[in-house]
Amino acid sequence: MLSIENLKAKIDEKEILKGLNLNIKPGEVHAIMGPNGSGKSTLSNILSGKKGYEVNGNIKFEGENLLELETEERAHKGIFLAFQYPLEIPGVNTNTFLKTSINAIKKARGEKELDAIEFLKLIKQKSSELKFDQAILNRQLNVGFSGGEKKKNEILQMSILNPKLSILDETDSGLDIDALRIVSEGVNSLRNKDNSFLIITHYQRLLDYIKPDFVHVLKNGQIIKSGNFELAKELEKVGYENFN
Amino acid sequence: MDSRQKEIENLKDYKYGFSTDIENIRAPKGLSEEVIKFISKIKKEPEWMLNFRLKAFERFKLLKEPNWQKPKYPKIDYQDLYYYSAPKSMKDKPKSLDELDPKLLETYKKLGIPLQEQARLNGIAVDAVFDSVSVATTFKEELTKQGIIFCSMSEAIQKHPELVKKYLGTVIPTTDHFFATLNSAVFTDGSFVYIPEGVKCPMELSTYFRINASETGQFERTLIIADKGSYVSYLEGCTAPMRDENQLHAANVELIALDDAEIKYSTVQNWYPGDKDGKGGIYNFVTKRGLCKGKNSKISWTQVETGSAITWKYPSCILKGDNSVGEFYSIAITNNHQKADTGTKMIHLGKNTKSKIISKGISAGQSDMMYRGLVDISSKADNSRNFTQCDSLLMGNKCGAHTIPYIKNKNLKSNIEHEATTSKISDEQLYYCNQRGLNQEEAVSLIVNGFCKEVLQQLPMEFAVEAQKLVGISLEGSVG
Repeated sequence: MLSIENLKAKIDEKEILKGLNLNIKPGEVHAIMGPNGSGKSTLSNILSGKKGYEVNGNIKFEGENLLELETEERAHKGIFLAFQYPLEIPGVNTNTFLKTSINAIKKARGEKELDAIEFLKLIKQKSSELKFDQAILNRQLNVGFSGGEKKKNEILQMSILNPKLSILDETDSGLDIDALRIVSEGVNSLRNKDNSFLIITHYQRLLDYIKPDFVHVLKNGQIIKSGNFELAKELEKVGYENFN
Repeated sequence: MDSRQKEIENLKDYKYGFSTDIENIRAPKGLSEEVIKFISKIKKEPEWMLNFRLKAFERFKLLKEPNWQKPKYPKIDYQDLYYYSAPKSMKDKPKSLDELDPKLLETYKKLGIPLQEQARLNGIAVDAVFDSVSVATTFKEELTKQGIIFCSMSEAIQKHPELVKKYLGTVIPTTDHFFATLNSAVFTDGSFVYIPEGVKCPMELSTYFRINASETGQFERTLIIADKGSYVSYLEGCTAPMRDENQLHAANVELIALDDAEIKYSTVQNWYPGDKDGKGGIYNFVTKRGLCKGKNSKISWTQVETGSAITWKYPSCILKGDNSVGEFYSIAITNNHQKADTGTKMIHLGKNTKSKIISKGISAGQSDMMYRGLVDISSKADNSRNFTQCDSLLMGNKCGAHTIPYIKNKNLKSNIEHEATTSKISDEQLYYCNQRGLNQEEAVSLIVNGFCKEVLQQLPMEFAVEAQKLVGISLEGSVG
């Protein structure tokens, strides 16, 4: 589904990713762990198409050259990024945002757009599946949301858009234990043989809830080791500094 | 024969030696007593109306063109304008929609304006009788049944002189400022509305529905009177584009609300803004003023200003009656080289009067936007209140936004609140929207509509949809 070959990225002349390789197959859950400044967020930004980076290397998503696609085109193809810091958009109702988003994607795919009733039905179903309070949907997007509410909102968006590849950028940061469990359950309910996940985190904690198939250690802009869930445990024990 | 041709036919008989060329009937160039008499004569006006105009003209000769506004413009030669130009030569006009600027048609399509409406907006004679005519007639019958008068100003002067005489110029006197006084001297046409005592007008009155509305000139005059306990909502849609060089549009709009009456006046203005380099476009120098004459009366202005090269207007409320309420909701958008100096005046004279100002200014491109507003609470206006919220949104780094509130509170028992914010659409917000599948234009439109929501909600439903689309279209190409 996704193959990254020798990915290098610079921002303001500073090299952040220094030759990263990664392969994700349909249905797989990959976790990337690494210390602050190792390039984790840069990776998620580049995959989702944030501008401002000087990028080299190859990224293929379902056989297509991802780097040639605009940010929104990547979303249309099924790439979703759950933001570490979801943005506030004053005056825009969360429901309106979600409807605009899903219909923009449907339109780009040549599918029929949802009318108001179909949309409300979908959102009702998804929020009850994820045990999310629907009241949040009538508020302005992320405005005055608590950290937990913002992250839950990201997961709700993810479940409504049903992406092929979901990238979770430190979704666990700032969550209390209950919120962490709810968010994790949300992710788990979306797992199936077609959907893939790339989970970016500092801590093993999240991985106790969302069991990854593969764990990669990112340090100094490169993946220095890959393994299974045991790797995360080992990492937690020795710390990033001593891990080689 | 359409109304325009009829008018030409009528003018053939005109004896006063002015040009009567069938394809081009105009008063002589320039402004003079003779020209004013010509206009009055063509419109078969009674003497009092002519005197009204002449009185205004006498005053006009003493007035100086104001120069305190922020957007400057090249000097206008008032002797180089035509003050009455009935049907322009048909040769100059596009004869079918195929001849129109495709970009214009594209805009219409986006706004969802039906083809026949497009034709009408461009002054193309449509031979087939189109639906709106019969629709308008049906409306007219229903309105007449309730005693509501809704017609052109010219018709009102003929048929309802007592009302026109009683109210015209009572809110904007002939001695008012330069442009308003000019309008009083040379106005061509506009709308007239009278709602009788106790009547709630059953439908939104709109210039869209009024026959002949498209023929109103650059010096438009509108008068709306809501008698005791009545209610009316009036919509003014200026989606008519103009493709001429800089052109002066100096309208006067007067609203009068008697005891317990309410007038809601909504405008969506999309005059031609000039091209991307700032060439051409309308100078929209309009005087709009409402008088809350009676107690417990209410006047509410809502405006969406997206067009014109320069917009210079302050729809205002004079809160004379005790407990009267004035509201002003505004969205003003400037893009490319457009400039706006707009806001409102709330003059509190009566006791317990309230006013509310919500202004949303959006500037993009190299444009410049100014909110200028006056809140004046007189010494007799006990327990009066004003709340003002002025928000500016900037797009890009070549545009400007300014806020100048003038606050005069001469009454210790009254209070004025003013809040203002300036923000910018951030790249991060756009990225977030893009990541959710929205392209740049869709993202901007969504964010801007969110910013304007409080004002858009004030518009009647059918207008709100159009305005929302217009907001998106006006800002097209302003990012990325």
